[in-house]
Amino acid sequence: MTDMFRMDKPQPRLFDETVQGVIGKPLDRPEGLLKVTGRAPYAAEVPEANMVHGVLVRSTITRGRLTGIDKSALEGLSGILGVIRSPEFVRNSAQGMANEAPIQPEDHVAYFGQPMALVVAETFEAARDGAHRLRLSYETEHAEIDPTTTSEIDTKPDSFGDLDSAMAQADVTIDQKYSTPGQVSAAMEPHASIAWWEGDNVTLRGSYQMLRFNRNELADSLGIDPENVRILSPYVGGGFGSKLGIGSEAVAAAIAARELGRPVRVVMSRQHVFDMVLRRSETHQRLRLAAKADGTLLGIGHEDRVSNLPGEEFSEPTAMATHFMYGGENRLYNHEIARIHRTPSGSVRAPGEAVGMLALESAMDELAEVAGIDPVELRLRNLPEKHPEKGVPFSSRRFEDCLREGAKEFGWENRTPTASRREGDWFIGCGMSGAGRANMLVPSEARVTLEGDRAIVETDMTDIGTGSYAILTQIAAELLGLPMDRVETRLGDTRFPGASGSGGSVGAGSSGSSVFLAAKKIRARLAEAMGCAEEDLTLQDGIARSGNIQKPLSELAATAMTEEGGIKPGAMGKEFFQAGFGAHFVEIGVNAITGEARVRRMLGVFSAGRILNEKTATSQCIGGMVWGLGAALTEELQHDPRTGGIVSRDLANYHVASHADVPMIDVRLLPERDDQANPMQAKGIGELGISGAGAAVTNAIYNACGVRIRDFPATPDKIIAGLEALGR
Amino acid sequence: MRPFDYHRATDLDDASGHLNASTQIIAGGTNLLDLMKLQVMTPQQLVDINRIDGLDRIEPEGEGLRIGALVPNSDLAGDERIRRNYPVLSRALLAGASGQLRNKATTGGNLLQRTRCPYFYETAMPCNKRDPGTGCAARGGATRMNAVLGVSEHCIAAHPSDMAVGMRVLGAEVEIRRADGSHTRKTLDELYSLPGERPDIETTLSPDDIITAVILPAPVAPSVQSYRKVRDRASYAFALVSVAAVVQVEGGKITRADLAFGGIASRPWRDPAVEAMLVGETPSIDLFRAAGKRLVAAAETQPGNAFKLPMVRRTLAGVLAEATGLSEPTTGTDNVGEIA
Repeated sequence: MTDMFRMDKPQPRLFDETVQGVIGKPLDRPEGLLKVTGRAPYAAEVPEANMVHGVLVRSTITRGRLTGIDKSALEGLSGILGVIRSPEFVRNSAQGMANEAPIQPEDHVAYFGQPMALVVAETFEAARDGAHRLRLSYETEHAEIDPTTTSEIDTKPDSFGDLDSAMAQADVTIDQKYSTPGQVSAAMEPHASIAWWEGDNVTLRGSYQMLRFNRNELADSLGIDPENVRILSPYVGGGFGSKLGIGSEAVAAAIAARELGRPVRVVMSRQHVFDMVLRRSETHQRLRLAAKADGTLLGIGHEDRVSNLPGEEFSEPTAMATHFMYGGENRLYNHEIARIHRTPSGSVRAPGEAVGMLALESAMDELAEVAGIDPVELRLRNLPEKHPEKGVPFSSRRFEDCLREGAKEFGWENRTPTASRREGDWFIGCGMSGAGRANMLVPSEARVTLEGDRAIVETDMTDIGTGSYAILTQIAAELLGLPMDRVETRLGDTRFPGASGSGGSVGAGSSGSSVFLAAKKIRARLAEAMGCAEEDLTLQDGIARSGNIQKPLSELAATAMTEEGGIKPGAMGKEFFQAGFGAHFVEIGVNAITGEARVRRMLGVFSAGRILNEKTATSQCIGGMVWGLGAALTEELQHDPRTGGIVSRDLANYHVASHADVPMIDVRLLPERDDQANPMQAKGIGELGISGAGAAVTNAIYNACGVRIRDFPATPDKIIAGLEALGR
Repeated sequence: MRPFDYHRATDLDDASGHLNASTQIIAGGTNLLDLMKLQVMTPQQLVDINRIDGLDRIEPEGEGLRIGALVPNSDLAGDERIRRNYPVLSRALLAGASGQLRNKATTGGNLLQRTRCPYFYETAMPCNKRDPGTGCAARGGATRMNAVLGVSEHCIAAHPSDMAVGMRVLGAEVEIRRADGSHTRKTLDELYSLPGERPDIETTLSPDDIITAVILPAPVAPSVQSYRKVRDRASYAFALVSVAAVVQVEGGKITRADLAFGGIASRPWRDPAVEAMLVGETPSIDLFRAAGKRLVAAAETQPGNAFKLPMVRRTLAGVLAEATGLSEPTTGTDNVGEIA
């Protein structure tokens, strides 16, 4: 059992002392060449011998009970091996870190698109044909599908001070409603699993983000011991939260493989990914801001309604960042969860911030307008000394620098008054917003082996495209004084020590720290072998030095040294509030005739502690900003108003931003050390880039043409309606 | 996808001999294969015409051009003659789909692509176009991409093609080879049916007809040509509305105003009455607004697509303002000079 280091006090800044010089550098991903040349095998791409193919069959009613399966249309089709259905089938993917089986609904149907059965055949084509022909019969029940009209609402109120009084006393107030539509992760790689059994043991090659949890979730779903489950996910083609918890395709594949005695592969079609994978909830939000004439906030109200299926623990934490971004003594929250029968909701990149910040940062822009204060200045005037609700200090926070330096670099002072700048048919305007995302540490373990001048890192951490392979390799290489190519990082196998997994921006800090701690133990052993104190040891390019003694690692570690490292949260997480911060700046063109909005340039300035790899960190920020742009302008799940089923269920109709929508994006990362975060002084950055980004876009639309979009996304029809209301 | 037979046709006779109500021609396959995977279309046999000689050329035809049915959208958009003399067609092509799709999609196939109404694709719900007589789930459903003109009680699907809107404004004709080996021509007005009571019947073609070419008439020169597509994202999205225009102005009067519209109708749309009210008039924003009103006078909107009315009125006015010189031309508006 690994000893778990608890983060109770700040740790020395060891990375500021080491000399290998790889940490923080914008280094390429070690596995990058494999990925761009198609040689990194994704879940569905490693066929097992004797493997057969399963295709899921979805429900085509919204709510009710399955009463029968008519297989007659499958008779005579060649290659069909069976229709698999089991009480162990799951209703939907597990929520992130659930660590137990998702709801197993047996015959009950809770949403249009729920996986009901699996048709297995010798070929994929036969299975797909069979799945299409299979006829299911149901008894239907009434289903609430509209979050705005349903009567089944769970309520979670929370407040500090008296917002109503603050609103009454304020010199300037904002009281507005905003809405955001549902979204899906739409990862490039559809959800896919291959399962096979050897005796009582099942192996699953899947596409998952959090293997330590996924193993328990699959075991619980199947009613077996986690010891009998192995999950392999060495490469994951994007997750964004949609692969946090074990999914229906994995459970179905494992059950079918057990029943048929052959390996079974189940790949979701793109349409199934929309139907069956957890979506981001739509939100309805009300923002109230009460401020003095100088813009100082007296209070903030952030009420929201989100939705999920009955029985799901998760609800989109819309007001997540509102709790800590800005000051104001009087604060009110009312979180409502509408229980409706749509594809259930779950974590999608930056749950909470991604949609809540659209409303908060829009409302701040509206307040700036009403108060006659520059939007950057308004935010600078409202930076709280301490966490406004918990009363604890922030750890490191360079929010002010992000705002000031971003404004300077962007040329914010050149922004023109609302609807005053025109180039031909285009209104041109600029907008900005703040960004914030809480930093967390979760338990994580890793093993590092040094043998000669080569090292191996092993952990069940995943790389979902974020750069885990790169940063974990860099951490070990930096601490052990090895070039990158002397360190091999092995991920995505539950036989390795259990990691945090990828989600909630915790992976780099948590799993990185476990690798750091394991490598640090090896440093201690090397120091011992050198006969010196650990702080007197210098490791570089495979050579250990202390004073005038110098020895190669090939000699010191001729016998392999293996150490495990583990970390868990401690006092620093309670005594300080930790978060990454940032600021977005956008210039946009709005077509005065057609209402089309096109972002012309976008700048994000962020601070997130020590940056472990400037290139992958920058890519994370760019990806988040692109999604923010999409949330502002294009992305929207459409549901059928009668069934609640998802209508926009492919990538032609569900509009993620296309290349042509995305201008050159500039990202600046401010140097920072967060001593309270973890021994590396690094904070999560994966979800910071999306936080607030979309609000900067719609704020820019307002500055360009005077149309305030409060119902996202800002599609041309809404902008035209706004222009016509203004007589433009 | 249902199992199907495949026949690679050697020539038009061979292809024609294999065509009937349960077979389907495949050219680029960019739409057909998707629909087959979803079992929206379940042909028993595909007749592949890609290897038939002579269908992939762009050749002079009188003062116009003959575009072979197999000419890929990319090639057609990039053809020097098209870019110079029929820029509205080039612009329309490039506004459609994506680079990969345009490389594969063909001229004939593009004309015959099916609607993108989500209920046509959703086999768990009724659709008169997919399964005649089952009803129209789009009515009362999500209708953002549906039509407001040329619709019927039984179908509100929109025709998705950009290219066909460009073809329609140019007065293109399709050349059709009949089963008896004879050839005939149809304007796009004659080619496309209105949905009426049989939205599953989209054209006046017989199952054993083969589109062999599209004929463009002599270029309108000089003229200003424009294709403006309004969509939900900058690329790879179907038109909310699109406007194609070929306009001539002489002596301060509009002498020609050929207009076609996409995204708003069951087929690439032209309205002679709208064009007639422009011809002979002095260009003005008021005139263009009146033309827009006339265009949508008979529109039938749904809650989800009523926005198309102001959108197409504004877009039409903007296009005409550029084409008549009232405002500065922008990308999408081109001058076609006298033909040398």
